[in-house]
Amino acid sequence: MAATVSDMAEAPVGGNPPVTVRRGRVLRLPRSKKILFGLGLLALFVLWAIIGPWLAPYDPAQIVISTSQKPSAHHWLGQTQLGQDIWSQFLVGARPTLIVSFLAGAIATVLSIVIGITAGYVGGWIDDLLSMIANVFLVLPALPLLIVIGSFLPKGESASDFLIGAVIALTGWAWGARVLRAQSLSLRNRDFVEAARISGERTWRVITFEIVPNLIAILAASFVFTVLYAIGTYVALGFLGVLDPASNWSWGSVMFDATQGQAVASGYWWWYLPPGLAIALLGTSLALINFGIDEFINPRLRAAGLSRKAAKRRGTVRQRPQLGFTPVVRRRAVADGDVVSNRRLTGDVL
Amino acid sequence: MRLLLRRLFFYAVTAFVAITLDFLIPHLVPGDPVQAVIASKAGAIPPRATESLYAQFGINVHEGLWSQYLHYWNMILHGNLGLSLSQYPATVGTVIRSALFWTIGLVGIATVISFILGTLIGALVAWRRGSMLEGILPISTFFQAMPYFFLATLLLLFFATDVHWFPDHGGYKFETHTIGVNLPFIRDALYHSVLPALTIVGASLAGWILGMRNMMVTVRDEDYVLLAEAAVLPKRRVIWYAARNAILPSVSSFALALSFVVSGSLLTEIVFSYPGIGNVLYQAVIGEDYPLVQGIFLIITFVVLAANLLADLVYAFLDPRTRQEV
Repeated sequence: MAATVSDMAEAPVGGNPPVTVRRGRVLRLPRSKKILFGLGLLALFVLWAIIGPWLAPYDPAQIVISTSQKPSAHHWLGQTQLGQDIWSQFLVGARPTLIVSFLAGAIATVLSIVIGITAGYVGGWIDDLLSMIANVFLVLPALPLLIVIGSFLPKGESASDFLIGAVIALTGWAWGARVLRAQSLSLRNRDFVEAARISGERTWRVITFEIVPNLIAILAASFVFTVLYAIGTYVALGFLGVLDPASNWSWGSVMFDATQGQAVASGYWWWYLPPGLAIALLGTSLALINFGIDEFINPRLRAAGLSRKAAKRRGTVRQRPQLGFTPVVRRRAVADGDVVSNRRLTGDVL
Repeated sequence: MRLLLRRLFFYAVTAFVAITLDFLIPHLVPGDPVQAVIASKAGAIPPRATESLYAQFGINVHEGLWSQYLHYWNMILHGNLGLSLSQYPATVGTVIRSALFWTIGLVGIATVISFILGTLIGALVAWRRGSMLEGILPISTFFQAMPYFFLATLLLLFFATDVHWFPDHGGYKFETHTIGVNLPFIRDALYHSVLPALTIVGASLAGWILGMRNMMVTVRDEDYVLLAEAAVLPKRRVIWYAARNAILPSVSSFALALSFVVSGSLLTEIVFSYPGIGNVLYQAVIGEDYPLVQGIFLIITFVVLAANLLADLVYAFLDPRTRQEV
């Protein structure tokens, strides 16, 4: 994951427009400023997740007795009431947050591919059943359900990141499945799919080699969306104290500790502001990437994102059809209403 | 009508799934956290109550899973959600009932404000594309990416602890006001709800803006909008014609959004110590009050389903095509 992200972020962009155009499809996506910014930001977070635990000066659980909770030279972000180093907790927190959310995103995407595309492609009562299941999971309030599951999960080390990621994915796949179903429903009757089917390809082959490649952009959008959702959910679970605050060091758990420690009332802003801002920035990076992918999928949005000046500079034709001044003259006898409206139309334009 | 029946059937299935999940989850978890907690509270709870809790969670009961399941359904159908562990002898039902009123009021008002405001801004941004207004998009996205509870904390910090413009906790001043339909109480409750509502609006606004803006941009290129412009209809009317069609997906995505908003407002309530469901849930999680956690999940699900039914009715009203279907 880290490799692909930084590869994409470092890809040469802009500069010489004709060259970029000739290089074709691969580079078209990262050319958008939003995506570049988002990917760059995300790459920083990935780097943080990798090296964060090594940079941490203390073990996040280690208790160091000192006279004050406030930030000092030894404890840059102060200490919890127990005497744990908040700066270390903050550094360590990136890793579980990223691992769980990307894991949840991956599992949910696989689930949504399997269920969504099967429903859309196979159709019939299977479609009815799978759509029903997806809709049920869409409507069920996810966070309360996760809290019920989470509060029954064994506390401590055994509540692994994988388990939490899988549980979050369980509540997050339905949206993607619905979108994918709609898309594969429209792809099903295209000629190339028809051709593959008639030539005797097996169903799984048609799905993996004909349908899925046409859904890559939508898959990417759905993956990013799910990761975004997983971050919010994971952090919320931590904040609520559903994840064992004694062994989990996600940013949500840091904020749980801050709430328990009356950080706002005491004015200890260094305790809850850094993790909150980190979550917000991580979320923004993913949202920007999603924006970019949206514009990639829907060209109308792409043109909409350009200001008039930028469009001129780039030489892109704005897609909005302009009104022509060609006079419309119709002598043929038509229904009364039509004549009237025609006359009014042309008259007004001229 | 037929559509409505189909939706009703769907909501019934969803409620069924929710109840079944609520029953199954404690039974699927290895080890027995519930037994441990009940055992640890044995001193505070009389044996009779302990027995009924054991029955609810199927501990030390020599019954099959199926008959336990039927027993559970029997409880639910009688409106009995069990006993609260942390607020014994109160039942889960009474604990939730007093809190539900606050949450529905807060979330309802905030969601309506957010929907209307977001849709208006989205339509405007789409109409003036390429203008400065588009700067709203990244800003509102940043707000949306922020967790609800963090935005809530910031508002609390700036407007309640720093400058004391608004109260920093609670739903009303219980020392001086009594709950009821009287003006001082309503005014005080509204005053207390400003910051929580602001949080929910601020965090959920971007979704509505973006959805409406994207649909508006798409609809704007439709022929009938071009025609309306060509006929030099007043600009306001053209926007109105386009917006009427662009708003439909926003209404139909209400279901998905509501689930998010409800989750978010639970967190908001915790930050402001608002006397709603979120706060009760928080106390229940910390106090390992399993029956209460489960009961809250069920109640929230039912409320969300009811709200969705309402959205369906509005949709059928707005879009004649759904009424004609089949």
